[in-house]
Amino acid sequence: MIKVEGLSKRYGRTLAVDNISFEVQKGQIVGFLGPNGAGKTTTMRILTCFLPPTAGTAQVAGYDVVNQPLEVKKRVGYLPENPPLYPEQDVEGYLTFVGKLKGLRSAELKARIDEACERCAIADVRKVIVGKLSKGYRQRVGLAQAIIHNPEVLVLDEPTSGLDPKQIIETRTLIKNLAGEHTIILSTHILPAVEQVCEQVIVIDKGKLVTIDSLANLTQRVQGAEAVVLEIEGRDDTLDAAQAQRRLELISGVSRVVLQEAARGCFIFEVLGQAGRSIRAEVGRAVLDAGWRLHQLRPAARNLEEVFLELTKGEKETGSGDDK
Amino acid sequence: MRNIWTIWRKELKIYFVSPIAYHLLAFTAVVFGFFFTVATAIFVSRGMQSMRMGTMMPMDVNEWVIRPLLMNISVIGLFVTPMISMRLFAEEKFAGTIELLMTSPVRDLEVILGKWLGALTLYASLLGVSAINLALLFFYGQPDWKPILVGYLGLLLQGGCLLAIGAFISTMTRNQIVAALITFDLCLLLWVFDWVSAYEFAGWARVMSYISVLTHFEPFAKGVLDSKDVLFYVTFIFLGLFLTARSLESLRWRA
Repeated sequence: MIKVEGLSKRYGRTLAVDNISFEVQKGQIVGFLGPNGAGKTTTMRILTCFLPPTAGTAQVAGYDVVNQPLEVKKRVGYLPENPPLYPEQDVEGYLTFVGKLKGLRSAELKARIDEACERCAIADVRKVIVGKLSKGYRQRVGLAQAIIHNPEVLVLDEPTSGLDPKQIIETRTLIKNLAGEHTIILSTHILPAVEQVCEQVIVIDKGKLVTIDSLANLTQRVQGAEAVVLEIEGRDDTLDAAQAQRRLELISGVSRVVLQEAARGCFIFEVLGQAGRSIRAEVGRAVLDAGWRLHQLRPAARNLEEVFLELTKGEKETGSGDDK
Repeated sequence: MRNIWTIWRKELKIYFVSPIAYHLLAFTAVVFGFFFTVATAIFVSRGMQSMRMGTMMPMDVNEWVIRPLLMNISVIGLFVTPMISMRLFAEEKFAGTIELLMTSPVRDLEVILGKWLGALTLYASLLGVSAINLALLFFYGQPDWKPILVGYLGLLLQGGCLLAIGAFISTMTRNQIVAALITFDLCLLLWVFDWVSAYEFAGWARVMSYISVLTHFEPFAKGVLDSKDVLFYVTFIFLGLFLTARSLESLRWRA
């Protein structure tokens, strides 16, 4: 459905996107992952025909973004990072305007507005002026705008940014429900957002493609060894960190223990296991045996920064091998 | 064509939902009302004067009242066009809605024409407000309506010209105030360029006088419909819209 080959985009002297190639199959949800400034937005803008590429080609729904932009635009719904709203219009007026721009007319337009409102849960604010809506509602109106013409491809730039946790969950469910009929590309720099929604992940950094993989493979590659976060407290304020750390390191299967925080007799450690070994049960038993109070024991959530370190580390090592 | 209509409607809606349109309508009503009062008062007092002197000079409403008033509206136009045109693209760029327009299956030209026509419609409604005053003259006298019509056609063409320049300036910035200032500067220069013709007759002065928007309005105010002036305005509009299109296209490349 989307085919990108050797895509590059240069702004003056900076290369925002550097020779990226990937393909997205029909009906897939693909997460576009990268830190700020990685080139996510630029790539999405090229796919939506907002910007022309400097080099390379991109095809969306079988049409070239440079040579057949009108055909591409008809088949793409786009939610930019800031929802493109006119604060003076009411929600219905806005959706009518966008629907007409996308080529919908009369009865069909009405039906599509009803459906988009229902799907994005904005039916209760249809008559409200857009400028008076909360951030969460604005985001949903933006999403409604993107799906108004029932496009084959949806491009969503940071659809959950700036939302509160409840709204994030709602938006995620909404996006999941949209999958199947639509091919979706969404960008984010928050890993959980991808975990819950996407089947395929494209990681880019500094304009370069780092990896394309399914989410399961990716997490496995990154998390070769189990890591847990452990918070303990001594029974009578006599526990010191070094002592506890030593004791934890002795547990079988543990490779490394890192003290993360110490406050008022409480310690938070990150305990890393050896590759392929499950250590949670062992750690739990050791804590009880030592007579410490156990405050929490949970798998360490890998955030994107770590994934990046992990993913880009490999490249750097092979790339700068002769330094060593 | 339908896209132009869609964008035209949206533009007008935004003008008339925000205070812009109402402010401009009120401004025109007050300022032009003042000009009208003064012009008619002078006309009446002159009439009285000539009656006292016993000399019944022929007094023509068209020449004494309407023509100077049309010139006045032309000047008011210089002030209101930047206020109308400043938001055309600058606002969309600032709010990010330009991304919506440029990723919708709409041609750039349709966006430009829709916006320009929307601005022109608001400008025309301002002319409408001024026409209410002139309509009063028909209750008390028999002014010739044809020169008035020609005058208004000239005003519309002049407005279209300045709005096309304003649209072009508005594509170059995200800041509406900056767009308004630069447009106003240009409008003012195009207006006063003509003054060099008062003392200088060399080629460059003729060129300056020629590109002055005002030079080409004067015949319209007299009720003279000259194809060379119409052509000047139409060419000017084309040039302005062409530059707007180029500038909008360059946004994609420069982003």
